[in-house]
Amino acid sequence: MTGRLESALRARIEGGGKCLVPYITGGYPGWADAVRACAANGADAIEIGIPFSDPVMDGPIIQQASQIALEAGATPVSILHEVRSLDVGIPLAVMCYYNTVFHAGHERFAHDLVAAGISAAIIPDLPLEEAGEWCAAADAAGIETVMLAAPTAPDDRLPRVADRARGFVYSVGLLGVTGERAELALTATTLAARVKKITKKPVLIGVGVSNAAQAVEASRVADGVIMGASVVHRMIDGGSEAVGLFVAEVRAALDGATW
Amino acid sequence: MSILQTPGSDGRFGDFGGRFVPETLVPACQELEAAFTDAWNDPAFRAELDHLLREYAGRPSMVTECHNLSEQLGIRLFLKREDLNHTGSHKINNVLGQVLLAKRMDKKRIVAETGAGQHGVASATAAALLGLECKVYMGEVDTARQELNVFRMRLLGAEVEAVTSGSRTLKDAVNEAMRDWVASVETTHYCLGSVMGPHPYPFMVRQFHRVIGSEAFDQMNDVIGTSPDYVVACVGGGSNAMGIFSGFVDTPAQLIGVEPAGGAAVHRGQPGVVHGMKSYLMQDEYGQVSEAHSISAGLDYPGVGPEHSYLASIGRAQYPTVTDDEVIAAFQLMSRAEGIIPALECAHAMAWISREAKNMQGKTVLMNLSGRGDKDVGQMMSILKDLM
Repeated sequence: MTGRLESALRARIEGGGKCLVPYITGGYPGWADAVRACAANGADAIEIGIPFSDPVMDGPIIQQASQIALEAGATPVSILHEVRSLDVGIPLAVMCYYNTVFHAGHERFAHDLVAAGISAAIIPDLPLEEAGEWCAAADAAGIETVMLAAPTAPDDRLPRVADRARGFVYSVGLLGVTGERAELALTATTLAARVKKITKKPVLIGVGVSNAAQAVEASRVADGVIMGASVVHRMIDGGSEAVGLFVAEVRAALDGATW
Repeated sequence: MSILQTPGSDGRFGDFGGRFVPETLVPACQELEAAFTDAWNDPAFRAELDHLLREYAGRPSMVTECHNLSEQLGIRLFLKREDLNHTGSHKINNVLGQVLLAKRMDKKRIVAETGAGQHGVASATAAALLGLECKVYMGEVDTARQELNVFRMRLLGAEVEAVTSGSRTLKDAVNEAMRDWVASVETTHYCLGSVMGPHPYPFMVRQFHRVIGSEAFDQMNDVIGTSPDYVVACVGGGSNAMGIFSGFVDTPAQLIGVEPAGGAAVHRGQPGVVHGMKSYLMQDEYGQVSEAHSISAGLDYPGVGPEHSYLASIGRAQYPTVTDDEVIAAFQLMSRAEGIIPALECAHAMAWISREAKNMQGKTVLMNLSGRGDKDVGQMMSILKDLM
């Protein structure tokens, strides 16, 4: 059965469009309004980060937002509680580090996500070999687990990652942590092309996709993009209004391009 | 069969260990696992490493009987003198192994994290000797309290970056080194400094430190004709303890890993996952990793190597704690009684021995003196003001 996230992305792709998934750090002051601004300005789905004390895949901007959210008292429980009242009408995914899941317990965490109306989970420090227990609990609860395909993955690994992925395959845009870059890395489209060849699931590029032009460039190969640091940076500087303007700008660029 | 395990491809010691890293790093960990296995079984690699350990690091390290402290405490106390190795601690054993391996894997650069600076200094030293570029991440709190080691690393040609995120101590230095490695994995080897991190690090680093335990086993046999009643070492990540425990884990000796009261992962933590491994971890009710607080930068770590968690879970080793005040007293006790200034990390082991001696009367105790205290003298000057 195709899950809610994958269905929403497929609807966009089958309509000839490209997918846009912004990331918002949960618990950052004003984050719920930022999520609403993403939804109102053309996001197909939204990734909500649950801040962790030791975010090894994140660069300075998302680290800073996570730190501020934690200092403001954000917890997985408080964020999921607030998610229940968001009512944005598009699928939501959480992005969290594995200890948040492990500490809560796999079944309980999956249940908590379902209760909050979350469709999917992205766990960047949970590679294929370690994902079995979580995936079993998530599958049983109907949570789609997005798997990450890395530029370093050899050819025999990518099909196994793609097979296990639900929702979409997260094609990692570069060797490195989240953050804005002046140019889209060459590895972004190279990897996405490799992944597209071996799966029919939606393939989105994330990490290092920093502006509308890069989103269009990435989407020439991929089915769309995840935008994290560039969105969070605007949330920090200008709140939900700046987030809304940026998401609208990227949406317009994706809709205006010819594929 | 030995209690020491050779983990399978899942990297587990019982329920602990594993490889919880971003997908980007999985191939690098697999490559490292294969390269280490190949090198460890290659007599030429082992001979080259043994040669460096002997001619460069100064092995074997001796065992010293502490007659004054023995008399004072009513026990028979021996020290395994890792403090006499080149660069002043046990860290050189692992670093020479890993840097040789990095060269064998054709890496041009190493990155390392460091707490007190001992692993950073050892890494910078091995990189200088073997011609690799070296970058060391060190928490800003630690660069301040261990500025001599920062200077040493720079003098040796390494780049030192002060880490300003999180608690600005060892755990954050590990985060930053991992972030570097995610971006540089094609050219860079992460020279991890303890028996922690993703598989194969806990196993590999323990193998590189086994030399401590195997030497000590023979040395104790020569002196007392058997194994000691107690083997005691301090535990942060736990590399010096795993090194010496490995020589005695299959003997009747009691194994004691002493943790700081403010960083007691085994004593006060719960199973958790951080820095690529499942192990005991100090964390809050939501799984956020707690900040450790210890007088000793090298033990200021909320986690512990997974093999220690395993030894604790099966009851083979005990992990008591000591307070900063007990450590300061032990630091002075060993200095005055034996003329040996211990590293603050090792003063934890001494503090436990001193406190528990009343329950060990007449017993033989082997303590791993894993580092010398020269690096701590500056910090202690501000604490022991009456000596100024």
